[in-house]
Amino acid sequence: MLEQTATLLRGLGRRVTGRIWRLGFASRFLLATLLYSGTSFRRFFLTIREIYFTGVLSLIIILVSGLFVGMVLGLQGYDTLQRYGSSEALGILVALSLVRELGPVVAALLFASRAGSAITAEIGLMKATEQLSAMEMMAVNPIARVVAPRFWAGVISMPLLAALFSAMGIFGGYLVGVVLIGVDEGSFWSQMQASVDFREDIVNGVIKSVVFGILVTWIAVFEGYDSEPTAEGVSGATTRTVVTSSLAILAADFVLTAFMFRGV
Amino acid sequence: MSNEPLVKISDLNFTYDRRPVLTGINMTIPRGKVVAIMGQSGCGKTTTLRLIGGQLRPTQGEVRFNGQIVHELDADALYQARRRMGMLFQFGALFTDMSVFDNVAFQMREHTNLPEEMIRDLVLLKLNAVGLRGARNLMPSELSGGMARRVALARAITLDPLLMMYDEPFTGLDPITMGVIGKLIRQLNDALGGSSIIVTHDVQESLQIVDYVYFMADGKVVAEGTPDEIRASDKAYVHQFVWGEMDGPVPFQYPSEPYRQQIFGMAHA
Repeated sequence: MLEQTATLLRGLGRRVTGRIWRLGFASRFLLATLLYSGTSFRRFFLTIREIYFTGVLSLIIILVSGLFVGMVLGLQGYDTLQRYGSSEALGILVALSLVRELGPVVAALLFASRAGSAITAEIGLMKATEQLSAMEMMAVNPIARVVAPRFWAGVISMPLLAALFSAMGIFGGYLVGVVLIGVDEGSFWSQMQASVDFREDIVNGVIKSVVFGILVTWIAVFEGYDSEPTAEGVSGATTRTVVTSSLAILAADFVLTAFMFRGV
Repeated sequence: MSNEPLVKISDLNFTYDRRPVLTGINMTIPRGKVVAIMGQSGCGKTTTLRLIGGQLRPTQGEVRFNGQIVHELDADALYQARRRMGMLFQFGALFTDMSVFDNVAFQMREHTNLPEEMIRDLVLLKLNAVGLRGARNLMPSELSGGMARRVALARAITLDPLLMMYDEPFTGLDPITMGVIGKLIRQLNDALGGSSIIVTHDVQESLQIVDYVYFMADGKVVAEGTPDEIRASDKAYVHQFVWGEMDGPVPFQYPSEPYRQQIFGMAHA
């Protein structure tokens, strides 16, 4: 019994120290990425190319999802608001839900599964096929040439995608609320304009999406770079990217919301 | 300086995860020569290449490249030294998101300020040397194994390296392509005036093109000599390796309990 408990504790200790060690390694990796970011800006076309792959190619999923989320918000919001006779406030409900929360969070979750997993798989496969080693042997730093442009592309793309998600969601809410159900169009837009605060709502939403962008791409590039150079290793790293990113987004969202909207 | 060997490995030891991978390796790679490092898979050949390229640090001993101790170089100096090295990886390691042309142009674009017209001419020159000038617009996924290896070879020689390292250049190739790659290795070495190290277990192909051979087993150099000396060697390990004998110092059977005992035990289980 004592022996079993000791084995269990030893195993637990090993796992905890392993996780802490890996977190430390990931932090050093982020530091190195930031340190070697000069190339990403000096030769900005490298970053633009990655913005195309991570941002532009994520547009379809982001826009379609935004539209449907907005439409559902329109339906659910109208159903609740009309019970209290305030269906004109539908615009406020849709806009605030999207700009403050759903836009940054859902866009980041979609970004993690679409672009984050792709970044991990690409870097992991580059490692498995010795492309990163070849780069090192050609005196080219793979962190500067491969990792940093992808990192910055993610950080730049994420807030733009979140903004487009919110805009499309508001349009979806408008379609359902105004066009389909018949809420007054003037009230829908004017109440939204009067109630959404630029600093409190929009800027805070943008800050959230920037933080999520950093988290998702950091996790994605690290998992790819640190993956076992085998098919199984790359597959595991891709799964870890999606799972860890999703949890990190939700946890960070709570912390950020607690700081941003504590006075409300 | 010019009489000094290009690469000198002295008392090199490398341990990974407390497991000794290389023990007391001594090798000399003279300028202008092609040297083969042979041995079974897992005997430490590729690790030796990685130590020469500074991708790993020795536990003990040193690798001198062009007079510099590789593991004592800082990051910038190591990158400077690597510009004088070229490496051909086992399966080419071409950048899959770039065309053949861009793969070969990669180092020039990264390390030089040459105008694009000059890069174009130089890339075509290198591709012509490996016979693939006509394949410049293809993507790596459109190449056969042998073509990919030749493109990787053209990419590795773009900056006219002093030292070329080949990691299993003949693996998985048909006899014709194997012969082509072998001849290219020799021709490029003589044309560039540098030195080459070939890590391989393709004995017959390598013995035709190299000047000197080191045999490795279990992380140690067990034999060395010119191709003729190796062919005539009566050392049991070399003989088994060169003539591809099934049993010898390297046993056919993976270590296990006696066959009779295992069968007998199973029958009564």
